[in-house]
Amino acid sequence: MIEVKDLHKSYGRQGKVNALNSISFTVDDGEIFGVIGPDGAGKSSLFRILASLILPDSGSAIMNGHDVVKDYRKIRQIIGYMPGRFSLYQDLSVEENLVFFATLFNTTVEENYHLIKDIYQQIEPFKKRRAGALSGGMKQKLALSCALIHKPEILILDEPTTGVDPVSRKEFWDMLGRLKEQGITILVSTAYMDEASRCDRIALIREGEFIGSDTPQGIIDDYPEILWAVEGTGMSALLGELRAHDKVKSSFAFGDKIHITVEKSLQTEELKRYLANKKFNDVRIAPIAPTVEDCFMALTS
Amino acid sequence: MKQFIAFVKKEFRHIIRDNRTLLIILGMPVVEILLFGFAVNMEVQNIRVAVYDPTPDAFTTGIAERIRQNSYFNYRGSVQTMDEMEESMRKGELDLAVVFQQNFQEELVHSGEADVQLLSNSSDPNRGSIAATYATAIIAGFQREQTDLIQIPFQIQTENRMIYNPLMKSSYMFVPGIMGLVLMIICTIMTSVSIVREKERGTMEVLLASPLKQGTMIFAKTIPYMVISFIDFVIILLLSYFVLDVPVNGSLLLLFFVAILYITLTLSYGLTVSTLVDKQVNAVIFSAITAMIPVLMLSGMIFPVDNMPGALQALSAIVPARWFIEAVRKVMIQGLGVTIAWKEMLVLTGMTLFLLGVTIMKTKKRLE
Repeated sequence: MIEVKDLHKSYGRQGKVNALNSISFTVDDGEIFGVIGPDGAGKSSLFRILASLILPDSGSAIMNGHDVVKDYRKIRQIIGYMPGRFSLYQDLSVEENLVFFATLFNTTVEENYHLIKDIYQQIEPFKKRRAGALSGGMKQKLALSCALIHKPEILILDEPTTGVDPVSRKEFWDMLGRLKEQGITILVSTAYMDEASRCDRIALIREGEFIGSDTPQGIIDDYPEILWAVEGTGMSALLGELRAHDKVKSSFAFGDKIHITVEKSLQTEELKRYLANKKFNDVRIAPIAPTVEDCFMALTS
Repeated sequence: MKQFIAFVKKEFRHIIRDNRTLLIILGMPVVEILLFGFAVNMEVQNIRVAVYDPTPDAFTTGIAERIRQNSYFNYRGSVQTMDEMEESMRKGELDLAVVFQQNFQEELVHSGEADVQLLSNSSDPNRGSIAATYATAIIAGFQREQTDLIQIPFQIQTENRMIYNPLMKSSYMFVPGIMGLVLMIICTIMTSVSIVREKERGTMEVLLASPLKQGTMIFAKTIPYMVISFIDFVIILLLSYFVLDVPVNGSLLLLFFVAILYITLTLSYGLTVSTLVDKQVNAVIFSAITAMIPVLMLSGMIFPVDNMPGALQALSAIVPARWFIEAVRKVMIQGLGVTIAWKEMLVLTGMTLFLLGVTIMKTKKRLE
């Protein structure tokens, strides 16, 4: 159980940069809680406070009954922390890294092998290879193995899938699902909105503030707008014309489509005619269900 | 304890796998020893001199008076016995002793010849030989004056004896200096860099988020560098002994003890530096400036401390290498024991405790 109440943190002289502003949330035992937001939103600052690595300016955080400021020694025994940057010893081999971290936590690889077996088996063929020579996906698997080797009660993963290929990203989330089944509470952050659905509950963070917190479905259900996807050639010109229409409230490029929110009174045919007048003849418009990213956009605009 | 051993093992692996650094660490003493074979000679001042005159007469007091008035000399008076003279020389209170023979004037007037011996402390050979040369010139000048006055052809024989370093080898001087320099550079730069690297690469974040105690980590960090530094010390010692023919006159055990004391001190300094900087490059620059330059300039390795202006002499007192070099000269070259070198060893110990204290106070249990 993680209970965070009214956390504040600012950096720089006279606290000019607000990293975290009044953050409160709770995470239940055995839950995967995702903190989702762009780079620089304050995800790492939050996780570092929870890992007892930096001090909050005010507010409190209790992890399984231990205060992150007062009981930092206890916190460091019960958490597994994986920083955003790959932080293992690049000049040590895969196996040496794992054994080192096991010893650091007063345990052995054998004792908790069952926990990491799934993950570690995939990199075990390379156990003599230096960690620096591993691919991005394998590095993350090794880092997760090292963070898990002491059987932590709470796992704190700061952007574990950044810089990892899509296949490895999927595998990584599958592994988190299995760890959750073993009763480990997982706190994970990501800048990829599409990973939100893999969490039990998520919080959207922007400029140090939570702008929404619910289950992924709950967030989507709360989406207040009418959302259409527009497809056509000449994306940037198309985007310009859409923004110029006074019944289109917002429009953003989403891959090869443009997501727009519109006034209730607007019909797709009407918009089509408008665009045809502007010489966009092959435009396809269809109402779609919002994704977490659309929700994020709606909440931030 | 298991944590500690695992950490030491890890540190050794870092060092062994970094071939270039390893080459520098082990090659540096060899290169330095060869480089400093061509040490610089500098002017010598403030030569501490005493006179042993068993039978004072007009000539001997005349010579003593001229030495006393000479600005290069710091006249320490006369001594009553040869033993007393030797004692103060061993303690390093004297650079030069002027020893007149019995019945100097009588001998000179009757046989036309008399002997005066110049004993110079040549554990610092540069200083020793120059001191003797100055004294010889003063005696020769005195002799010329007298010959002009009394028209008797006579000859004062000066005999130079270099004690502690009879062959006047400059290697006797720079070997302790190189020990001081190499150990300072290796220990300070390597330890500070190895800790700062953990901060820079982000591994410190993982270490901090683990139950590992800061003290265990810091202590474990120093062990491999202590071993390597000691190997370096032995390399320098072997090269000095077999290649440069520098003798080990004193107790080898005491010498090793002094070395370990100094290594501990320089490691502690490296730890202190690591608490002050966050980037490896800054650690290197900071260590190089604060460790290397004072050793070169103020330790007495190249420029004798006695020749420095008072302010710099005072400043040199806080340079650890000064005390180490002094102690090594006493123990290794002069063959003296703890009773003479205790002061230097005490200073080294005190400095170590101070630096460790600062390190412990400055070590953070969090990232900021």
